[in-house]
Amino acid sequence: MILLSLAWKSLKNRKLTTSLTLFSIALSVGLLIGVEHVRRGVREHFSHTISQTDLIVGARGGTLQLLLYAVFGMGTATNNISYATYDKLRQHPAVKWTIPYSLGDSHRGFRVIGTTEDFYKEYRYRQDRQLVFAAGKPASEVFDVVLGHTVAQQLGYTLGDAIVVAHGVTSGRGIIQHDDKPFRVVGILRQTATPVDRALYITLEGMEAMHIDWQAGAPPRPGEAISAAQIRKETIQVQQITAFLLRTKSRMETLRLQREINTFADEPLMTIIPGVALSELWRTVGYAEDALKVVTIFVMVVGLLGMLMALYTSLHERRREMAILRAVGVGPWKILSLLILESGLLSMLGSLGGVVLVYSLLLIFQPIIEKAFGLYLPLMTLSGVEYVYLALTILGGCAIGLIPALKAYRNTLADGLSMRL
Amino acid sequence: MEAAVALHDVRFGYTPSRMILAIPTLTIARGETCFVFGPSGSGKTTLLGLLAGILRANAGQVIVLGHELTSMSNAARDAFRGAHIGYIFQMFNLIPYLNVLENILLPCQVNASQRQRLGTTSMHEAAQHLAQRLGIADLLIANVLTLSVGQQQRVAVARALLGAPELIIADEPTSALDADHRAQFLTLLFESCTHTGTTLIFVSHDRALMPHFDRSVGLADINLLARPSRL
Repeated sequence: MILLSLAWKSLKNRKLTTSLTLFSIALSVGLLIGVEHVRRGVREHFSHTISQTDLIVGARGGTLQLLLYAVFGMGTATNNISYATYDKLRQHPAVKWTIPYSLGDSHRGFRVIGTTEDFYKEYRYRQDRQLVFAAGKPASEVFDVVLGHTVAQQLGYTLGDAIVVAHGVTSGRGIIQHDDKPFRVVGILRQTATPVDRALYITLEGMEAMHIDWQAGAPPRPGEAISAAQIRKETIQVQQITAFLLRTKSRMETLRLQREINTFADEPLMTIIPGVALSELWRTVGYAEDALKVVTIFVMVVGLLGMLMALYTSLHERRREMAILRAVGVGPWKILSLLILESGLLSMLGSLGGVVLVYSLLLIFQPIIEKAFGLYLPLMTLSGVEYVYLALTILGGCAIGLIPALKAYRNTLADGLSMRL
Repeated sequence: MEAAVALHDVRFGYTPSRMILAIPTLTIARGETCFVFGPSGSGKTTLLGLLAGILRANAGQVIVLGHELTSMSNAARDAFRGAHIGYIFQMFNLIPYLNVLENILLPCQVNASQRQRLGTTSMHEAAQHLAQRLGIADLLIANVLTLSVGQQQRVAVARALLGAPELIIADEPTSALDADHRAQFLTLLFESCTHTGTTLIFVSHDRALMPHFDRSVGLADINLLARPSRL
């Protein structure tokens, strides 16, 4: 107890070096915990891009490809699903809801997705968050379009604006514009910080209507075009969709249903379970985090070495102090423990400071990061790994403290009670 | 009554091949004030190290207050020193990050046996009392770095005396003081030792102090290995 109080007072006496050492340890621990926190946050965020969807169904192809075009708006599908097949599966008794996606067109670099009103009703992300309208309402008419948050912000559209969709997925102005059939903005979604923000949503009929007069993938010849005014929603037959999201009534049925769809007789289909596919994808892009981790561990080591230097250089001026302690009956082993206690205190307080630093920075920058990068970093409690980091830091601090402590031990034995300096 | 200190055929060297201290016999009675003098190199510091139990003799017996130190373990000697011996250095007696009172209380806080010896008197009361007698009562919460050398040495005396140890070892405690303060300091030290019946071993090279003491020992005379430093 007295040793602890001595260690504490001694540290307090050397305010400048102590606070600098504390600061450097806190920074290193903060970086270590911060990187781990951000990593977990990004991963969490990533795996919560889509939730409550049990299966994603698409035409047979690569599973990664399906995940990318259905969830992340990247790449394209090689094949479509016929609407008849979709209709059959939609009415399957085990299915609770479906959200169809019809892909292929874009607007100034953003994808245009044909879907139904179920999308606005049933789509969930980050566990149970629903899509919310910042303004307007879902697209229900043929030429209605709803904008994702990023689209509306970057292009500066408001309700009632007219939009021309480009054929194919292109950045900038497309080669072929569906300029004979402009869409009208009826709704703008709130930010979700998911790929949903980066797309425009129309009805399946709207998607079909743009291509209604097309022949074999080419625009209509002059005279064969059907004008927008002639098109009625009721008369449009949706022919195909690209993929659909599916929720089962009971999750127990997911695997059975997956097998059933994978072996669907009418058409070659493929299903993926979002959670599984997402973690597979994460693993392939996870190398960067290892590199980051190595760097932060080095920063930690540098922080502890700073403490070593501060303690070691202070030993010389403390030889008198050690002799006095010896004179009043403090044994060399106790002097060793005193020094270790000091480094232990430093690394403990430094670690604590680091944790406080991380949480206060998170608290301050959380909304800013969410706004700027669309990345939501939840204030998570410390994970097992982070506790291990903290424990290792403190243990490492004590272990490093052993070096000046042993030096002090040898000094006290050599000096005895003399004040030889 | 047994002696406070008794040395028999003590031999000591920092390396076994080179002995620097060989004392056939030395006895200091309890309650005595003993002046140990000798030129540098005569082994003063080494003798004090042996008496305080910091150093262990290579041969012979070092008996302090009835305890044979040579056969004790290192930890036991540390505990013994903490419990029975007060030590005063030449200068820089105080730990800079503790205030005056904390410095005085240090031995009592480190050693349970010292606290027990105080009995019902609390450490603080005892410290207060000592400070009063030594004229440093109004400095108790002062930062030790603001004290004059004379004041620092008085604090050191208070620390050495707290818990009324049987033996006080003082290693040239007056060499940093001027003549006026030296006399004043000695008076205080003697008064305090008499008051508690403490044995005092006082080491100095300054023979002018000799008349104040009960007896004096020339280290060059008793140490067979003392290097003759006379030219």
